[in-house]
Amino acid sequence: MKSTKKSILLVVSLLLVTALIAACSSTSTPGAPTTEPTAETSTVSVAGSTTVQPLAEKLAEAFMTENAGVRIDVQGGGSSVGVKAAAEGTSDIGMASREIKESELTESPNLKVFVIARDGIAIVTHPDTPVSDLTIEQVRDIFSGTITNWKDVGGEDQNIILVSREEGSGTRAAFEEMVMGEGVLIAASSILQPSNGSVRTTVATTPNSIGYLSFGYLDNTVKTISINGVAPTEPNAVNGTYPIVRPLNMLTNGEPTGAVKAFLDFILSEAGQKIVVDDGYISVK
Amino acid sequence: MSGRMIADKVVKYILFASAIISIIIVLAIGFFIFRESIDAWTEIGVSEMLFKTVWRPGIDQYGILAMIAGSLSVTFGAILLGVPLALGCAIFLAEIAPEGVQAVVRPAVQLLAGIPSVVYGLFGMVILVPLIRNINVPGNSGYGLLAASIVLAVMILPTIASIAEDAIRAVPENYRHGSLALGATKWQTITKVIIPAGKSGIIAAVILGVGRALGETMAMIMVIGNSAIMPRPLSSNPLTFFLSQARTLTGNIAVEINYATGIHESALFATGVVLFGLIIVVNASARRIIRSQKYVEKAN
Amino acid sequence: MDERSSEIALIHKAQAQNLKKEQRRQSFWVALMWLFGLITVSILILVVGYVLLKGGSSINWEFLTTPPKGGLSGEGGISTTIGTTFYLVGLTLLIATPLGIGAAMFLIEYAGEQSLGSKFLRSMISVANFAVETLAGIPSIIFGLFGYALFVSTLKFGFSLLSAALAGACLVLPTIIRTTEEALLAVPDDYRRGSLALGATKWQTIYRVVLPASTPGIITGIILSVGRVISETAIFYVTLGGSYHMPTSIMDSGRTLALHLYYLAMDTRAFDKAMGTGAILVVMIILINLLIDFVSRKLTAGVRKVQ
Repeated sequence: MKSTKKSILLVVSLLLVTALIAACSSTSTPGAPTTEPTAETSTVSVAGSTTVQPLAEKLAEAFMTENAGVRIDVQGGGSSVGVKAAAEGTSDIGMASREIKESELTESPNLKVFVIARDGIAIVTHPDTPVSDLTIEQVRDIFSGTITNWKDVGGEDQNIILVSREEGSGTRAAFEEMVMGEGVLIAASSILQPSNGSVRTTVATTPNSIGYLSFGYLDNTVKTISINGVAPTEPNAVNGTYPIVRPLNMLTNGEPTGAVKAFLDFILSEAGQKIVVDDGYISVK
Repeated sequence: MSGRMIADKVVKYILFASAIISIIIVLAIGFFIFRESIDAWTEIGVSEMLFKTVWRPGIDQYGILAMIAGSLSVTFGAILLGVPLALGCAIFLAEIAPEGVQAVVRPAVQLLAGIPSVVYGLFGMVILVPLIRNINVPGNSGYGLLAASIVLAVMILPTIASIAEDAIRAVPENYRHGSLALGATKWQTITKVIIPAGKSGIIAAVILGVGRALGETMAMIMVIGNSAIMPRPLSSNPLTFFLSQARTLTGNIAVEINYATGIHESALFATGVVLFGLIIVVNASARRIIRSQKYVEKAN
Repeated sequence: MDERSSEIALIHKAQAQNLKKEQRRQSFWVALMWLFGLITVSILILVVGYVLLKGGSSINWEFLTTPPKGGLSGEGGISTTIGTTFYLVGLTLLIATPLGIGAAMFLIEYAGEQSLGSKFLRSMISVANFAVETLAGIPSIIFGLFGYALFVSTLKFGFSLLSAALAGACLVLPTIIRTTEEALLAVPDDYRRGSLALGATKWQTIYRVVLPASTPGIITGIILSVGRVISETAIFYVTLGGSYHMPTSIMDSGRTLALHLYYLAMDTRAFDKAMGTGAILVVMIILINLLIDFVSRKLTAGVRKVQ
C-alpha cells in the first residue's frame, strides 16, 4: 500500500515538473502579435479557413525548412474564426476564403488583408453521374431545389442529393455570392458537411450527389462539371473564362513584423507562389 | 501540538475550497453560456428561436425547433433500438447468465462504454451509411436518422445495461426465494417480481440513457447528414421518416461554432442553453426517481 | 366419487399443461435473453474486430513514429498526436486530480463532522453534492462551449492545451470525485477511530491512514479519467485548435488521437489511416480497462485482507 502511495506521489510530482517546464517555456514564446517576434526563435500562429489551411500547412512546411528557428502553427476553424482571431490577436495571422465584410473592417480597422492566392470553386458529382456539363442557371436551380431530378439536366431518372457546406463557411459564402445570387437560397434539405474534405468524401461515396469544392481539393474520387462548357481548370480560371473564382486571404492586425512578415513575404515570393500553383490554386502574380 | 491543530484547520479549509469548486464550475458554465446567448434571445426573440423551424444564419433566420426535433427523433430511435437490447442484457447478466458467461459479457459491456465516440462514428460512416443507402427510396443518401439511431443505440447500451443490472441485483434475495417457493418459474419470478421491484432503478437507467443520447456530438455529425430541416418521411411510407437527414442540437453547435460571429455565435450559445436545460430536466427526473439509490455515477 | 377423482385428474392435467406452457414460455424468453447477451458481445466483436482488422494493416513502426504530413492527403503517421494526447492527459489530470481528491475528502471525511456546526457549511455540502451530480450529466459539447467562451475567448488563452485541459478537467472532475468518495467510504471506520484515539489529528488520520487504504480506488478513478480524456473529441474540437505539430508549451494548439481520427475521416480520403488511428485508440482503451480490472482486483484483495 505504502509503495503505491509513493508511486502516486512520484507520478504527480513528475507531472508537476513537466507542466512547470512547459509553463516556463511558454512565457518565452510570444503568442500575441503585440510582442515583437524576432525571425530567429518564434512561433507564428495561423488560424481560420479550412480551405486555406492545407495550403498554409504546405507553405509553412516549406518556410520552416528554410527558417529553422521559426515554428508555424496552422489551425483550422473557418473563415470567420480567421478574421476574428486576427482582429482579437488570438492568432498572428488569420485565414479567410472569402471577401472580408465591411462590418468586419469597420469593427477592426487595423486589419491588413493579403491576397495570397486565388481559388476556383468547382461543381463536383459522384463519379458515376453521366452529366458532365451544366449552365450556371442549372447549377443554381439544382442547389435551390427547383430541379430535383438528374433527368431534367440530361441525366438518369434519379433524385439529386445535394451536398453543401454549413452556414458561415467561406466556400459557401463565395458559392452563394457567385452562383446563387441575391435572394436565392441553397435548399435546406441538402446534406451539410463541416469542411471541404468531408464534402469531397460525401460526394465521392454517395451516388447521385452533387456538391461544390475548392480547386485545391479536387482529385479523381469526384467528377468535375464544366460550367457553360468551360472545365474547372487552372488555365480557364486564369484567363477568366471559368466564372467561379474567389480570393484566398491572410489577415494581420496592423503591419506585420518579424517572422510574421517573413512568412507572408515568402508566400508572395516566387517560391511561395510555385507551391500555390502546385497545389492546384491560382497564383496572384 | 497547536501547530498541528492549525495545520488541521488550514487543510480543512483547503479541502472545503476544492469541494465547492464543482459548484463554481456548474455556476460558471451556466453563467457563461447564458451570458453569450443573451444577444440572441433579446435580438431574435425567445419564441422566434424556440418555435421556428428555419435555421438560416445567412438571412438571419435562427429557429432551432428543427434541431430540437432532430435531437428528440434520433434519441427516440436509439431508445427504440437500444432499450430492449440493454434491458435484456441487464436481465441476462443479473439473473440468467452463469458466472463464466458473465465474465465475458460484462467486460464487453464495459469496453463498449469506453470506445471513443469517433470510432463509432467512423464505423457508422464506413459500414452503416453505405448499407442504408441501398434501401431504395428516392432522396435516401444513407446519412440520416436511421444510421444515427443505430450508432447511438450501441452507445447508450452500456449505460442502460450496467445501471439496470445494478437495479436488478439490488432486489433482495428473499423476493426471489419467496417467488420460487410459491411455485413460480424462474421467468415468472423475473417478470412478475424482480422487474417490478427494480422498476425505479430500471426507469432511471433508461432516462440516463436518454440524457447520454441527447448529449452525443461527434458520432452524430459523422452520420446524420447535418441538414438543418425538420425530419420528415421521404415518401408516403411513414417509416422513411428514419431515412431523413437531420441535425441535432449538439451537432448544430459543433458544426458551426468555428464559423460563427456576432448574433450567429450567440444563437449557437442559445442552442447550448436549450440543450443544457433539456439535460438538466432529464437528469433531474432520473435523480427524482432513484433519489435514495446510488446508480447515477455509473452513467458516466 | 368417480366423477370427483376424474375432475381432480383433469385439474392435475390442466395444471401440468399450464406448467408445461410456463416452462415453454420460460425457455423461449431465457433463450431470447441469451440472444441479447450474445448480440451485445457480437456488437463489440464487430466494432472492435473491424477497426483492429482494417486498421491493423496500416499500423507499423513508421506510422507510429512519424508526424502527420498535413494537407489533404492524410499522409504521414501519428507520432505527434500520440504525444499531444499524453501531454493533454497529463495536464488535465494535473488540474483535476488534486481538486477531485480534495473535494471527495471533504465531502466524505468532514461532511458528517459534529464540529462542522455552521448551517452555511452544511448547506454548501448538499449543494456541492448536487453540483457534482449535475456536472456528471452535462454533455461534453457544453463543456466545450464553456471552455470556448471562458478560456479561449474571455481569458484569451486561445486554442491551446491549457484551454482544452481546463475544459477537460471539468469533464473528469465528477468521475474522480465519485470514485474517490467510494474508495474513502470503503475504508472501515475503525481505522479512523483507532488513529484518532492514538492522538493523531483529523488530517494526520486522513493522510496517514485513510488515504493509503483507499489508494487503489483513487487510482481506478484516475485511470478512468485517462480513458475519458483519450476518447473525448467534442470538447477538444472547439478548444484545442487542431494543429498537428507537437506542442512545446501549454499555450500551443494541438491535435489528440481522437481528434486526428475525426479530421482524417472527415477531411481526407485516408480511411485506412483513420482506421489505423482508431485501432490504436481501441487498443489503448482495452489496456485501460485491463488496468482498471487489475487495480480493482487488488482493491478487493486488500479489503479481504482487512477483514
